[in-house]
Amino acid sequence: MAQIRIENVRKDFGDFTAVQSSTFTIEDGEFFMLLGPSGCGKTTTLRMMAGLELPTSGDIYIDGEEVGQKRASERDIAFVFQMFALYPHMNVGKNISYPLFSQGVPKAEVKRRVDEVASILGIQDILQKPVGGLSGGDRQRVALGRAIVREPKAFFMDEPLGALDAEFREHMAEELRSLHDRMGATTVYVTHDQLEAMQMGDKIVVMNHGVVEQFGVPQEIYDWPATMFVANFLGSPPMNFLEYDGSVSPGDTQVRLGDATLAVPEQIEGHRGGLVLGVRPEHVRIEDNGSLRGKVLATEYLGTTQIVTVQTQFGEVKSRIDADIAVKTSSNVGLVIDERTLTLFRAQTGAALRSSSNAGVLSHG
Amino acid sequence: MADIRLEKITRRFGDVTALDAVSLTVPDGAFVVLLGPTGAGKTTTLRMVSGLDAPDAGDVFIGGESMNGLTPAQRNIAMVFQQYSLYPHLTVRENLAFPLKSPLLRTPKDQIDAKVAAVAETLQISHKLENKATALSGGEMQRVSIGRALVREPSVYLMDEPLSSLDAKLRADLRIELKSIQANSGATFLYVTHDQIEAMTMATHVGVLDEGKLVQMGTPREIYEQPVSIYAASRLGQPRINILPADLFGRAPFGAKFIGLRPEQISQGRGIDSTVTRVERLGDQTRLHLAIHNHDIITVTDAHTGLTSGDTVAIAPKNPHFFDAHGVRMPA
Repeated sequence: MAQIRIENVRKDFGDFTAVQSSTFTIEDGEFFMLLGPSGCGKTTTLRMMAGLELPTSGDIYIDGEEVGQKRASERDIAFVFQMFALYPHMNVGKNISYPLFSQGVPKAEVKRRVDEVASILGIQDILQKPVGGLSGGDRQRVALGRAIVREPKAFFMDEPLGALDAEFREHMAEELRSLHDRMGATTVYVTHDQLEAMQMGDKIVVMNHGVVEQFGVPQEIYDWPATMFVANFLGSPPMNFLEYDGSVSPGDTQVRLGDATLAVPEQIEGHRGGLVLGVRPEHVRIEDNGSLRGKVLATEYLGTTQIVTVQTQFGEVKSRIDADIAVKTSSNVGLVIDERTLTLFRAQTGAALRSSSNAGVLSHG
Repeated sequence: MADIRLEKITRRFGDVTALDAVSLTVPDGAFVVLLGPTGAGKTTTLRMVSGLDAPDAGDVFIGGESMNGLTPAQRNIAMVFQQYSLYPHLTVRENLAFPLKSPLLRTPKDQIDAKVAAVAETLQISHKLENKATALSGGEMQRVSIGRALVREPSVYLMDEPLSSLDAKLRADLRIELKSIQANSGATFLYVTHDQIEAMTMATHVGVLDEGKLVQMGTPREIYEQPVSIYAASRLGQPRINILPADLFGRAPFGAKFIGLRPEQISQGRGIDSTVTRVERLGDQTRLHLAIHNHDIITVTDAHTGLTSGDTVAIAPKNPHFFDAHGVRMPA
């Protein structure tokens, strides 16, 4: 089990900078998510931790030891890929025990550990079967077993569920998470799926264009994003952005958007010029007396809730409300925004302005 | 524009009956989504309509005309697949114009230009028209392949998981785009997916397939609120409907074997005690994993709930569904 620390890590491929200067810490026993769109540098970051790529500069510590320039085999970690590669000519038990044989572990010890891993994964009854006829789920479990059996300091997983269909993916996500809860091993997991990251992670790093945008506890990042990119990447539908020109000063507790006055958390930072007011869809209610007005463009029924898209003079606003509230397309409605949840951003840079509400979260990310 | 009618379509592959006497009507201008897990018969149904495969028994009608023996090219349909297959050596414009240059259609050049321009506008790819198809992102390529279907203005559109290979954000955008293209053009869509969000947000009608049988057809709201069976109820809704012994919360109606509870059918704060086993924070909502005597229940609660594992919450059913021993929903 291990703590992993990344310090000012950079990776260049020729002229292209895949990772600019990442710094964050993964605590012992954490389920840690590297989240971002394709090309953001998350897989490169993981491969550097694993020793499959060497950083151009910066340090990587596993349990306090600097391993940045060490090879993967010297790092005592296990890697699980999206495409789980099993040895097709070996049965399940042999596939799982292979890493131990190659390390010269005594036979009795191998058997004990394979049995233990098989019972953790619930695959005792298929140990003698060839891997050829296994279902996708069992193949995935065998691949995990092969990683677990070595009892490495940390597990690295690169979109291990990416190839599975929606229903099965959800099931495996729960299984992986509860496996982690039982074993308590440090796990670093790469995904582009924000829901998967929210659902499984103790901590999340959100990356974009090789830069760490924010790092922290999923719910805190979701509630108090440091940048518009994070606000937009987390949540489905993402945070609404109402764009306007104006000014806000330290100490302000309300802002003016056109004719509407909206309360906001007490501001610590001020800004004049292009501003963006960010609000999550579940914090926008549709009420006749709402001061912000707009026309309903569409309603999307989701069963428990529905998403209502409203065209306002500051842009489209999506509201998530209960499915049993009747809203007519093309009707004129008022919007009420829960002021406690608002974040103001600088339009030009996308950085959040600090307020009494988000200062705590932004100070450690 | 045309309706699609399937009459008692059966298709067998060896011992497997992929489609079992499926009858289904896609009304003119409707957006019908076929929903079901892998192997339910969704894609086979689509292949029957397209003419890529032929039924062992039954008939397919498009616009009232029997399609028996007609090739895909003779059916005036357009298809979009999960794997966009564009001509890599052609530009976006040439890819879009390609179907119109078919010798069967003989479209004049100025009409081709006008149609390509209009479709490119709708799909927001006008600025990429001169790019090579290979110089596009995945989302743009899928837009071009949708565009290539749109330029033909066929009687019906057949789509087989067109959004599945795209990332989540792009999928959400294209969902709304596809829906508005369909609604504005009044075109008839038959669309296959295993993604329930796509089914709920785009469909005018959802057809639920189970091992080659059409088990329910209705609006998304009908399927969600009045499912015919446990199977149909489990296709829509996240988290999935909880299926529990009928008498877990007290007396059940005669003949009921199971009680079905969606999150909004569980009231918290009264009823019988359950233990919180896990709190899953998803941002906009928090999922509570509960247990009552070894039965797992998942419901949703306020995003910032103070509950943690080990806490006790009283819960009670609110307008629940009851199902009989065969999983068929009983009248309320």
